[in-house]
This record gives sequence, structure tokens and C-alpha cells, in this order.
Amino acid sequence: MANRPMLEVVALEKRFGPNTILKKIDLKVAESELVFVIGPSGSGKSTMLRCCNRLEEPTSGDILVNGRNIMAGTRRDLDRMRLQIGMVFQGFHLYPHMSVLKNVTLAQRKALKRSKAEADARAMNMLEQVGMAHKADAYPGELSGGQQQRVAIARSLALDPKVMLFDEPTSALDPELVGSVLKVMKDLKSKGMTMVVVSHEMAFARETADRVVFMDGGVVVEEGTPDEIFGAPKAERTRAFLSRVSG
Amino acid sequence: MDRFLETFFNPVVMAQYTPDILAGVWVTLQIAAAIIVAGIAAGLALACLRSYGIRVLNVFIICYADIFRALPPLVVILILYFGFPSIGIQLSGPMVLFIVLAATLAAFAEEIFWAGFSSVEKGQWEAGIATGLGFTRTLTYIALPQAFRLAIPPIVNRVLAITKMTALGSAIGVSEILSSATTAQSFSGSATPLTMSVIAYLAIFLPMVAAARWLESRTAWKKR
Repeated sequence: MANRPMLEVVALEKRFGPNTILKKIDLKVAESELVFVIGPSGSGKSTMLRCCNRLEEPTSGDILVNGRNIMAGTRRDLDRMRLQIGMVFQGFHLYPHMSVLKNVTLAQRKALKRSKAEADARAMNMLEQVGMAHKADAYPGELSGGQQQRVAIARSLALDPKVMLFDEPTSALDPELVGSVLKVMKDLKSKGMTMVVVSHEMAFARETADRVVFMDGGVVVEEGTPDEIFGAPKAERTRAFLSRVSG
Repeated sequence: MDRFLETFFNPVVMAQYTPDILAGVWVTLQIAAAIIVAGIAAGLALACLRSYGIRVLNVFIICYADIFRALPPLVVILILYFGFPSIGIQLSGPMVLFIVLAATLAAFAEEIFWAGFSSVEKGQWEAGIATGLGFTRTLTYIALPQAFRLAIPPIVNRVLAITKMTALGSAIGVSEILSSATTAQSFSGSATPLTMSVIAYLAIFLPMVAAARWLESRTAWKKR
């Protein structure tokens, strides 16, 4: 079971005009695996992540989620597939005009067509899981960044995704709020969620990641276990990057 | 002072023409309500269509909005009322007034709603799309309510500016407030009916201005 790929990126290429952002990226993420993607800014790691649910349109290549290619099929197929791919953004992007509960129920109601009772129950359950159930009636503007991000995670989880993508989930947070979000992510990992995390939280990567991928200049330079990458990086570029971030 | 009161506040004239002015108020209110509903609905629909980014369609929408924002409504009113019968299109005065002012309001409303859509953060769209809502539902449930809220103050101002223009109906014989007042003025030889029209306009539009202020004060999102 642990070896079945839940997310497969095949020969992914992304060009913006004359610039090639991603050059033939291949990545396999097994079920329940947590893959951590690191790399300098401009390395293409966020673009790679955003290609995985086609928020960014790949120039070529394939993205398979649970064995199904999201590059094939109609717009509606894509929207259905996106329900299975949770995404957490650096900027949270909660809907400011809706209460926390509404934020978590909207897509359940309108995309999954769940009943109100079912969506509410599911939302409360997820909010409980991220420790935000007590704020169900609050508005996003009333919450701290860490609280907003936890609600955003609940919003994704409520759709029962097969994979969760995290795009620098703690980069916009005050340092003292980072821990609460990382704890939620760790819980999620222990519950067996398949996760791809783009982040600079190296200590977290060391502790929870199954595999670390180092990207630079639009290619995967090196990948391995946290011990391999952090302990004994093979590539010169990896070593240079790690020495810079560890300061 | 007596002469001033005699001219502008003659009680006999007032009593005599109050029913006419009230009839004018009723006509103004009906046409104004129709203009507001149709103008805002059309403007909103155009702004929504524009957000789909279909190039050919957007050229038409932008041309329409620019032309109707540039033209003085009176010109269009006169063309429709006096010119169109010659090509076989006969429209009543109230209908012409409604069409032209609603079209003008729609042009302004489209631009205002579009500005509202443009200031909704890109991340809001992405969050909706990423949760499988697709473009149309993200537009409907996420972008539109936020754009609408941003648009309320400028829309209310524009609604005030354009519904006031129902007074242009006096140029084509629509018996709205100003028309009733000028007719009463020529029959009575007194300026008092014009005073009555002032009072009538204030009675209609001052509450709208107050409502606009109230709406503006509650458009802010809840912040901690």
C-alpha cells in the first residue's frame, strides 16, 4: 500500500514566454508519504506545486492523482479532480465575507453537493481537528494568521482530498504562530495523509518528512531522506543552499 | 419679503397644484425604480460577463460602457423620441426616458462592478478554483459578494446622479415632477410650483442620500 503513487508528476514542463521555469520535472509521491520540497526562491518549487492542480497551466507533461491524469478530460473533470487535491496557500485566502463555518462548508455544499447538515457536521469535525471549532462563527478578519491558516487547512480537508499541497504555509506567519500550523500538519501526517510541502521550515522537514526534494533552476537537483539531504548532501548546489539557510 | 413669499410660497397655488405635483412624484418614482433595477442588473451582468475574459465580447462591453458614459443622456433621449419615429420605431416618452437612463446607469455600473472585481484578490479566485468550485461558482459565491460590497458606495452615488435625470423627461413631455411643475407654473403664472418640485425632489432624494451614508458606514469587513 505504501508504494502506490498517489501523486505522479511526469516530465512536467512550464515556460513563461522565453523563460523555462520547470524543465522536465518527475516526482512520485506514494500514499501517506510526506514529500518536502526545498530550494532557493525562483527555483520553480511553488510553480511545480501549483501545476499539480493546474492553478498554473503546465506547458507540457502529465499530472496523475490517484492514477488519473488531470491533464486529460474536460473542465468539469478537472474541477472534480481538484476536490481530491487540497491546497493551502501562503496567504491563507479565506473568504472575508463568510464566517469560518461558511468558509469550510461552501465547496462542500456547492461542489460536492452535500446537504447543509452533512456539510456543517463535517466542517465542525475538521475545525475540531485543527483546534478552531470555537471560532466557527467568527469572521476571518477577526482571527490571527495562524488561526486563519488552520481554518484554511480545515477548508481543504473537509472535501476529503487524497493529496494535500502546502505552498509555503507558514511563510506569512509571525514566528510564534508557526508552531500551531506545523502541529496541525504533523497530525495530518500521522493520520496518513499524502502531502507535498513547499516550505523553509527545515527543522520540521527533518522531523516529519519521508523524503526531501531539493529544486534549483527548474530541475530536481537531489532527493533523499531528510538524513541524506540534510546530513550528507551530494550535490554542490544542495550544500550551498543548505549552508545559506542554516545561516 | 412678502414678494418673495408670494412668488415662491403662494398657499393658494400650492393647494391648487399639489395633486398635479404628487402625480408627478408618482411617475418619477416608478420610472426611477425601473431605471435603478434594470441599470444595476444590466451593469452587473455585463461586469460578470467581462470577467470571463472573452476578448470579442469584452471589446463590445468596453465600447458600450465608454460610449454611454461619454454621451449626454439628453442627446440620446431626443434622438430616440424625435428621431426614431421616422424609422418606424415609436416609443412612449416614459419608455424612452427609462431606456436611456437605464442604459446610462448600466454603463457606469458595469465599470464600477468591474473595478470591484478587479480589486478582489487573485488568491480569492485561486482558493475557489482549488476547492473545485470552477470559475462560475467562484465568481458567484466568492468574487461577486466582495465586488458588490466594494461597489456599493460608488453605485449609490451614481444611482442618485442618474435617477435625478428623470427631470430630463420634461423635454419630451413625460409628466414627471419637473414637467408637472413647469406646466403648473405656466397655468398659474407663479413660481410656487417650482418650489413644490424642489420640495418633492428633496423628499425623494434626501432619504436616498442618507441611506447611501448608512450603507457606506457598514461596508467595512469585520476586523479584529
